[in-house]
Amino acid sequence: MKHEHRLKVGPVTFRVGSQWAAPVRQLAELYRDYPAADAVCDFTVRLEAEKPWRRWVRPSVAIRGDYMLPDAVPMALEHGLLAAEMGMNLQMALGYRRHLLLHASTVERDGRALLMTGLSGSGKSTLAALLGEAGWRLMGDEFALLDLDTGTLHPFPRAVSLKNQSVYVMEERAGPNRLGPWLKGTPKGAIRHFRPSRDAIERMSEPAAPALILFPRYGRDLEAAVRPVGPAEVFVRLTQASTNYVALGERAFDALTHLVTTVPALAIDYPSTEAALAQVEELWAK
Amino acid sequence: MAGPRYIADSADELKAVPLGGLVAIFHRPSGITHLLAPPAPQILEALASAPADEEVLLARIEERFDVEGGAEALVPRLAELEAAGLVRRA
Repeated sequence: MKHEHRLKVGPVTFRVGSQWAAPVRQLAELYRDYPAADAVCDFTVRLEAEKPWRRWVRPSVAIRGDYMLPDAVPMALEHGLLAAEMGMNLQMALGYRRHLLLHASTVERDGRALLMTGLSGSGKSTLAALLGEAGWRLMGDEFALLDLDTGTLHPFPRAVSLKNQSVYVMEERAGPNRLGPWLKGTPKGAIRHFRPSRDAIERMSEPAAPALILFPRYGRDLEAAVRPVGPAEVFVRLTQASTNYVALGERAFDALTHLVTTVPALAIDYPSTEAALAQVEELWAK
Repeated sequence: MAGPRYIADSADELKAVPLGGLVAIFHRPSGITHLLAPPAPQILEALASAPADEEVLLARIEERFDVEGGAEALVPRLAELEAAGLVRRA
């Protein structure tokens, strides 16, 4: 591959390469504070022309790598950074086996972790990014890595993909230097990537013990509300939120049943980010 | 006439963890996770390595657990466990 960038995120190393300079340059800029990875990486992502001539004519990026989805739709070159991000997500979702991978965001304070999971659009990414600017350490907005031996959560602090209004909220809180370029008209809408704080990046090898599980749900018309979630429901929701639960077999069963029987879980409804931040602080203090 | 006799895998083939009122079961031979409501976990326990028809099964379970509806109530649960691969005909 002509252009290449290697990076380490938490316990995982990636090599992202492309025939085009632009997406690799954007990726290197977005991840400029991250440590470089060794020559041999866990996963390789290749951003290649869908067909040889599509390198030049209406450039079209196909996401390829160690693990691929055969039906993945190629993307426009101007969305190459998103393609790189999606490629890294894909490697994790399809190939990662070292920890139980949960589709969840995690923040930490005083050595204890808050795990948040919910459907797409629940606001867990934005909430995690906001908490990361409000006295918490952002451990990750997309994947939580549950250690099968110790039950701790490992950070995976990738850049946070923000959509629409969330972009302005984070820009106001953290300033413009932490945001990647605008990617407009993507399959996910208008997005910008948000780089976690320097502290979150420097401490990305520090795991934390889970202390609370939240299932946030955002709705402009919702009343702020909190309700307990029983361990069986938490267990089912987390198996559904995991991409490698089945592959990891009995060790995943042990780790997940231990998590849900030892860590309290609550569902929260929130109508605004301010309400959510207040709810999280109140619940955490209990 | 006695009905069909059923048997479940031995206790060391299953790992059971209570989760509130339900029980999560990891079935080692298949690697499949099941979430069971009473009286299904009790049925598995009573049939572990010990075949029984419905009447005998009921007697075994009722030593420690009340089953509403008697042996009849066990029939649909047995069918579900059989379909799930946790119980088979002896």
